[in-house]
Amino acid sequence: MTIRLNGRDQEAPEGTTVLSLLETAGLQPGRVAVELNGSVVPKTGFHRALLREGDVMEVVHFVGGG
Amino acid sequence: MKAATLTIAGRTFPSRLIVGTGKYPSLAVMREAIEASGAALVTVAVRRVDLSRRNGESILDVLSKAKTAVLPNTAGCYNAEEAVRTARLAREVGLSELIKLEVIGDERTLFPDNEGLLAATRTLVKEGFVVLPYTNDDLVVAKRLRDAGAAAIMPLAAPIGSGLGLQNPVTLRILLEEIRDVPVIVDAGVGTASDAAIVMEMGADGVLMNTGIAGSPDPVKMARAMRLAVESGRLAFEAGRIPRKLHAAASSPPEGQIS
Repeated sequence: MTIRLNGRDQEAPEGTTVLSLLETAGLQPGRVAVELNGSVVPKTGFHRALLREGDVMEVVHFVGGG
Repeated sequence: MKAATLTIAGRTFPSRLIVGTGKYPSLAVMREAIEASGAALVTVAVRRVDLSRRNGESILDVLSKAKTAVLPNTAGCYNAEEAVRTARLAREVGLSELIKLEVIGDERTLFPDNEGLLAATRTLVKEGFVVLPYTNDDLVVAKRLRDAGAAAIMPLAAPIGSGLGLQNPVTLRILLEEIRDVPVIVDAGVGTASDAAIVMEMGADGVLMNTGIAGSPDPVKMARAMRLAVESGRLAFEAGRIPRKLHAAASSPPEGQIS
């Protein structure tokens, strides 16, 4: 299936969850926030949040800023 | 409120200086500068993770070693909806309700959009955020933000990153006189230590700066200068300055001089 991840199309196998996608990308779930189709996914729900074809996902973190 | 501490929505920080984390050459220099500044609260921005490369040490890891609290911002947001969305994500990353709210209305000056700022403040306060809005030095807007539940008012001294220092002392003075129930933290425009000292001497509760430190050729030394300036400005404010007089008044006794 194809999802839209941080503004780009990304292939992901069926059954991918937010947590498994973050782990595949080498990201620490505790250091990011995820928005799925416009709603924030709480960290406690990462392992349950199943991705579907056409989902729009944003993964953000903190960077230097004023 | 004690000389050295700043209380925002019941949380007391052991410094009146808040510093940003942008524009540093490395995380190591950033950390050293933060430590030299004595700041206990530091700002960060919220951005997309670059998934095309391995992400190195997280800024949060560095900040937790420096033992500072984190104040995420909504920099780069040009309307209330974007700012609210960014704030919600920031809360999830940092697990804290504090948000430095920016809603920008003009690209060249980065002046705030008052209408959007007020709308976003109302929404975020309802959602339990501790909202610290970056605003211009307008008393009417400041009162509305306060009435909307802002935990502090953060007027600019000059445009963000300009280093011009305080441009409108009269409007800031009026704001400081009228806004007494929440802290007034001067945010943006500080270029050197005296700029920080001046606003603290006027009675500002705190100063927030980024470029003034990070943009200096020696950020660590400038961070220490800013720390001292904020502290000395506050002490001078509490002590009280002498009245200004046009003519001289001798400091030494006029009597007993040898003739």
